[in-house]
Amino acid sequence: MRATRVAGMVAVLGLLLGAAACGGGTPEAKPSKDKGNGKLEIWADPKRTAALKPFADQFGKENGVTVTIKEVAQDLQQNFVTASQQGSGPDVVVGAHDWIGNLVQNGAVDPVNLTAQQKSSFEASAIKAVTFNGQIYGAPYAMENLALIRNTELAPTAPATIEDMVKAGQDLKAAGKVSEIMCLQIGAQGDAYHIYPFFASAGGSLFGTTSSGDPDPKNVTVGSADSVKAFTKLKELGEKGVGALKTSIGSENATPTFASKKCAFLVSGPWAIKDVKTGGIKYDISPLPGFAGGKKATPFLGVQAFYVASKAKSKALAQEFVANYVTNKDVAKALYDAEPRPPALTAAIDMVKTSDPDLVKFLNAGKDGFPMPAIPEMSAIWGPFGNAEVAVVQGQDPAAAADAAQKAIMAALKK
Amino acid sequence: MRSGFVITRVLVLGVAAAALLYAVPPLVKTGAWVALAVLALATAGLTYLYLTKRHVPAKYLVPGTVFLLVFQIFPVLYTFTVAFTNFGDGHRGSKVDAARAIERESLVEIPGAPDYALTVATDSSGKVVFLLVDRETKRVQVGTEEGLSDLDGAEISLTGKVIEAKGYEPIPAGERDAEVQALAVPTNRGAIKSSGLSRAIEFEANRKYDLACDCITDKVSGERWVADETKGYFVNAKGDNLIQGWRVNVGFANFTRVVTDPNISGHFATVFVWNFAFAALSVLLTFALGMLVALTLHGGRLRGTPIYRILLVLPYAMPAFAMLLVWRDMFNADFGLLNRLLGTHINWLGSPTGARFGLLLVNLWLGFPYMFLVTTGALQAIPRELGEASRIDGATAWQNFRRVTLPLLLVPLSPLLIASFAFNFNNFNIVRFVTNGGPYPVDNNLVGKTDLLITYTYRLAFEGGSGQFGFAAALSTFIFAIVATISAIAFRRTRAQEEIFS
Repeated sequence: MRATRVAGMVAVLGLLLGAAACGGGTPEAKPSKDKGNGKLEIWADPKRTAALKPFADQFGKENGVTVTIKEVAQDLQQNFVTASQQGSGPDVVVGAHDWIGNLVQNGAVDPVNLTAQQKSSFEASAIKAVTFNGQIYGAPYAMENLALIRNTELAPTAPATIEDMVKAGQDLKAAGKVSEIMCLQIGAQGDAYHIYPFFASAGGSLFGTTSSGDPDPKNVTVGSADSVKAFTKLKELGEKGVGALKTSIGSENATPTFASKKCAFLVSGPWAIKDVKTGGIKYDISPLPGFAGGKKATPFLGVQAFYVASKAKSKALAQEFVANYVTNKDVAKALYDAEPRPPALTAAIDMVKTSDPDLVKFLNAGKDGFPMPAIPEMSAIWGPFGNAEVAVVQGQDPAAAADAAQKAIMAALKK
Repeated sequence: MRSGFVITRVLVLGVAAAALLYAVPPLVKTGAWVALAVLALATAGLTYLYLTKRHVPAKYLVPGTVFLLVFQIFPVLYTFTVAFTNFGDGHRGSKVDAARAIERESLVEIPGAPDYALTVATDSSGKVVFLLVDRETKRVQVGTEEGLSDLDGAEISLTGKVIEAKGYEPIPAGERDAEVQALAVPTNRGAIKSSGLSRAIEFEANRKYDLACDCITDKVSGERWVADETKGYFVNAKGDNLIQGWRVNVGFANFTRVVTDPNISGHFATVFVWNFAFAALSVLLTFALGMLVALTLHGGRLRGTPIYRILLVLPYAMPAFAMLLVWRDMFNADFGLLNRLLGTHINWLGSPTGARFGLLLVNLWLGFPYMFLVTTGALQAIPRELGEASRIDGATAWQNFRRVTLPLLLVPLSPLLIASFAFNFNNFNIVRFVTNGGPYPVDNNLVGKTDLLITYTYRLAFEGGSGQFGFAAALSTFIFAIVATISAIAFRRTRAQEEIFS
């Protein structure tokens, strides 16, 4: 009898949970057209949340509203789009500018209206990065790009060309001072972002350009003759060639290998500096060298930005926060202090550049960088390009690799 | 006793009713009437069931059934229905959402229009209006959905905020946001809309959705994009589409794509064979090793058995995710522990055989402690007299194991082995973290040599572009059918076996 009762109790509670789960999953649920009751919700990744907190509180106080910041540690973009769609998303989200294409095709963010004066207060490349289909979709606050970080004890002078760098690395290796010629992450799946500057310097390209100078997704050029030549150059640097590029160096071991003085050159960005400093290395930062007689080694330029969710429940507050508040140089400075990526506001750069020489060097390295295309088609590039990169680095035929990548990208774009 | 019985029921059903009622307001608010009806019926049914003295078996069966419905049947049916749509990135919302997003994107500031300082206020009838101050001329106007009209005698601050105006009441920041966003003050060139709390901009919409032709028209170029309900896109005469799409039903398109797309069906057989071999070998090897160790320790001739047991269970106790990454790094050609220990320079994960061997090795290491544990348990239940009897009859140790111990072990363990097979058949984590499907042939970045159907599906659906949930659902349906068939056959055979040995 007692057992029956216990089972009954358990059962009812179980049913409750079941019903609740059912109710939650009902597709009829639509986003509530709530009137904004003075609440602003911001989603950001863990690094950003702590830095934002004081400014969010201040914004709340100034406008008499409550601001909550939610930390999303994993897959912020996907989580934002999904939650937004269901009407449970935030008012403001913080993320990289190459999300814009996907966010726009899902109708998840609204254009941000900056005044002409505001626009001119940003670095021009940052504004270009967040512009999509002629509209500015986010307020930029930080920029990042690759540079060459070198161990000045091992390599006192910055190499002028890739050939110089490889030569220096080979000499150090022969002298037994390092185990790797250089640290450029590739990994088993390839890494288009990190190899791109070298690929571009050798004359390779991903897309043609439209008449307005934007990347043209209809004209994929990964398989073009120039790109094949570039892949051939990478093959020469690869495992069957001089051995400077290796698939055994990936995202997990590139910086640690450099920090433990096993290579003199690291191709990485501002995010690697913390680990390099922890390693206690004397280092310097210089622009990425190109091939002798080749084009400039142009890195991708990435921009971190604030976005206004199109399904925001307090859109006026969100617009105010994004367009007028985070475009403030003190906020940019605080975010810089939390994580040292160069600010996008010219005034904020001026504030920090005296105290941080690295920042100027990274900016200088990114001077010719080209904003990573924000078009959704970009996601079709990474896989096939990485696969071709791995193949040529391992010594396979560049023409076949480039051709296969071209076909795979076209097939992915056609879907 | 009797009162306790009543009290528990009242208490439990009270909590149930309260919790169910808690769900009513949000459902009413969003107009989810079907869900509400289901909820009401469920509550009524539950109340009846647990108040009546009859239907005692149902009292036990209902909870399990509900869990089955919610956690098994519902996800399967949901996946199945999604498989008939184009749900995915670019096709997440409704057509209305897509059209609105296109209109919003086409809003451009009218060049040379005044820069308005905005104060949101309510008029005497409580309607939301804009109090607009031209920052240059300081002219104050009221904007309503009818248009602009001049406002005299307003007191404005230095920043252009209206502090006081007769007949209008400024409202606090962020209040009545939906109405503020909806208000567009018509002007002869476009409309004035709010942008944040303190600024209003005169916009012109270049693209407009027209219900009559179910199309988007561009005012500047005159181009038209007509809604295509089979694709979920607005398409122009050239066949190009606007990137904002919506979710539509695509019938069997996702299923036919699985069968007809050479990128998918062309590799299905090879992936399937490796997938099957991986699952079968994983079960076989882990079971063989686990059983061997269990038999060794079961003999009782070894000293320090508990210590061995603890040591053997360690791999099982460590977080598998971290271990998978550690294993991946151990396989690294230049920096890995394996090559250093062996003094070799083998690119383990770079060749198909090496990578497949590596995966099986990792899975063996991760999986045998479980088999060891369950076999140890099952061994305890086999009476030792059986072994002794067969020995007296002259059976060798091998015969004893083969004819007595193993069959008796398999009776309780078979279902576990089938479950283990089904688990390994879809062992996403190990492939994803150790090899990520690689190595890949140069001409194919979609199907690697160690890909399982599940990792392959994941890549097709989420990496070769953006998230394609509809297509992923169709592929999942196929995998579900395969695993269900294999499990059904296996269970049938076990039943036959049980009949022989019990």
